[in-house]
Amino acid sequence: MSGDFVNLLADLKEEEVLKLTQQRLDSKEDPLKILEDARKGMEIVGKRFAGGEYFLPELVFSGELLAQVTNIVKPHLTGAGVQQKKIGKVVIATVAGDIHDIGLNIVDFMLDVNGFEVTNLGVDVPIEKIVKAVKETGAPVLGLSGFLTPAFDAMKETVEALEKAGLRKNLKIMIGGGQMDDEVRKYAKADAFGKDAMAAVTLTKQWYGVK
Amino acid sequence: MAKPWAELSPEEKREERFKRWLSPPGVKFASPQAEKVYKERVTRFIKAFTLQKPDRVPCILPTGFYAASYAGTNLGEVMYDYDKMKSAWRKMMHDFSDADTYMPPALVPPGRSLEAVDYKLYKWPGHGLPKTTPSYQAVEGEWMKPNEYDALIRDPSDFWLRIYLPRIFGVFKAFNTLNPWTSFEEIATTPFIPFGNPEVQAGFNAIMKAGTESLKWIAAVGEVAGESLAMGFPGVMSGLAKAPFDTLGDTLRGTQGVMMDMFQRPQKVHEAMERLVPIIIEGAVAAVANAASPIVIMPLHKGADSFMSPKQYETFYWPTFKKVVMAMVNEGIYPMLFAEGSYNKRLDIIGDFPKGSVAWYFDQTDIFEAKKKIGDRCCIVGNVPTSLIMTGTPQQVKEHCKKLIEVCGKDGGYVLAGGANVDEGNPENLRAMMAAAKEYGVYK
Repeated sequence: MSGDFVNLLADLKEEEVLKLTQQRLDSKEDPLKILEDARKGMEIVGKRFAGGEYFLPELVFSGELLAQVTNIVKPHLTGAGVQQKKIGKVVIATVAGDIHDIGLNIVDFMLDVNGFEVTNLGVDVPIEKIVKAVKETGAPVLGLSGFLTPAFDAMKETVEALEKAGLRKNLKIMIGGGQMDDEVRKYAKADAFGKDAMAAVTLTKQWYGVK
Repeated sequence: MAKPWAELSPEEKREERFKRWLSPPGVKFASPQAEKVYKERVTRFIKAFTLQKPDRVPCILPTGFYAASYAGTNLGEVMYDYDKMKSAWRKMMHDFSDADTYMPPALVPPGRSLEAVDYKLYKWPGHGLPKTTPSYQAVEGEWMKPNEYDALIRDPSDFWLRIYLPRIFGVFKAFNTLNPWTSFEEIATTPFIPFGNPEVQAGFNAIMKAGTESLKWIAAVGEVAGESLAMGFPGVMSGLAKAPFDTLGDTLRGTQGVMMDMFQRPQKVHEAMERLVPIIIEGAVAAVANAASPIVIMPLHKGADSFMSPKQYETFYWPTFKKVVMAMVNEGIYPMLFAEGSYNKRLDIIGDFPKGSVAWYFDQTDIFEAKKKIGDRCCIVGNVPTSLIMTGTPQQVKEHCKKLIEVCGKDGGYVLAGGANVDEGNPENLRAMMAAAKEYGVYK
């Protein structure tokens, strides 16, 4: 049943997934086990996305399925859930003056299903807030997202502020989104430019030294 | 005697519109010289658009709101101060006098009109965005709910007035209490009643205020646009139209919403898009009716490579988009299809238009590949990277343009342009684009 569930979720079979979630709860299965299977299903979704089989619509819809499953299961959870062991921390944000979050959320999703603990600061994030988050989390990797050209300067200023705060040395910074490219990477003095969410995962893994 | 419009073939209609572009009625040129260069410029564009070899490669400088920063002001300011807007755009016109075309400030929205209706769909500088941000940005959201497809499909205008506008215009909040306008029939009695509601009346007053303000705005925009024509600069974009999928996905259901609908209610998505097709066509035809140039630009968003699979593109995006484009072509309009982001995985199907009837304007697509695959049918426009224009040196920009001209400009059918618009940066980089077109773009 568990294997079916994982695959049904990965195949985005809404009706079947929801029915099976209810059945498993009715048969007194451990709700945590269901959530763990949901996570496995999402991992497959992430792999299919990385492999070019799934695109943004599938990602969005899988997120919706996960939310529905979680909503059904949640009332049945007793004690605290077991935290999955994470590889390490990453802070991501869309820089100041830019309110676009589609790309940002894909990066969040892909880093998450690949085992990273993501602090997603959201959109139009002031420089001070990014500096503060890097300091407080101690994350060695920062992802800056931007869609429009105003992001060029906002990224540059963010990197400069991190330098000033003495946080730049042990920090790897990647940028991505809309009009970003390697020219902007040089301009902003970031470490890497990634053209999509998979690149964000590859870069982060590389910096963490994991395969 | 001339044939009636309805009896003309698409080619004849376009010919008529091109003639009008070449000799726009009512335009008094500043000098015979201005008239001469105007006609040269228009001819240059028409030839490139229709896959012929002009005297040289034409160039569209990517100067959306650039005039503002160039003149030392910013978008936030010129949205409210039309004198500043006029002087900034005039400065641009005079300082870039050798450009092939000119973009009047028509895309600068009137800030006070937006404020008058408490506009919620966009944020702009000083209104949800920092004062100095050089752009406005759409607020992603479910402005239309998943269960409202039937209302949209049944009667789009009614859906707009009583469901959609009350959400995006704060001042129309009470308009959801109105009856449909169709309730006025026979001798009218009760249908008047909701209009007595002070909140509804406040909504009408607010939009009247926005209207009054917009008259001031259009007078200012029109003044500059008129001057630019008189000085000999043709406009290349008279109107704007959207792909039906984008209308749904950008500002109705939102990106997230429309993507869920592709799985949960695909049939409704198709029906709604079909319903939007004639409305979009009507808008495009109206936009060029009184304009000099017959060019309508279509900024394309959610069909880009990173948004959907090739199969989803062919199923959801392409069919109604193509209908809109073909309807324009059949009306003699020349559509410029602006593929934002990249369209590398769409190149096998997007050339499926009558030869020389549309231009594809590319942002980040591999334009050399595009030239190879669709260059025999469509004019290619683009694509000096925005980042290069904003952060590179004039020499780098010029080199890049040279390569574009050599490859894409071969045998005509090419317009040198940016990827997206640049809002700030070194003016010498824009001059380098123009210089490259003149130096490397001459056809012998």
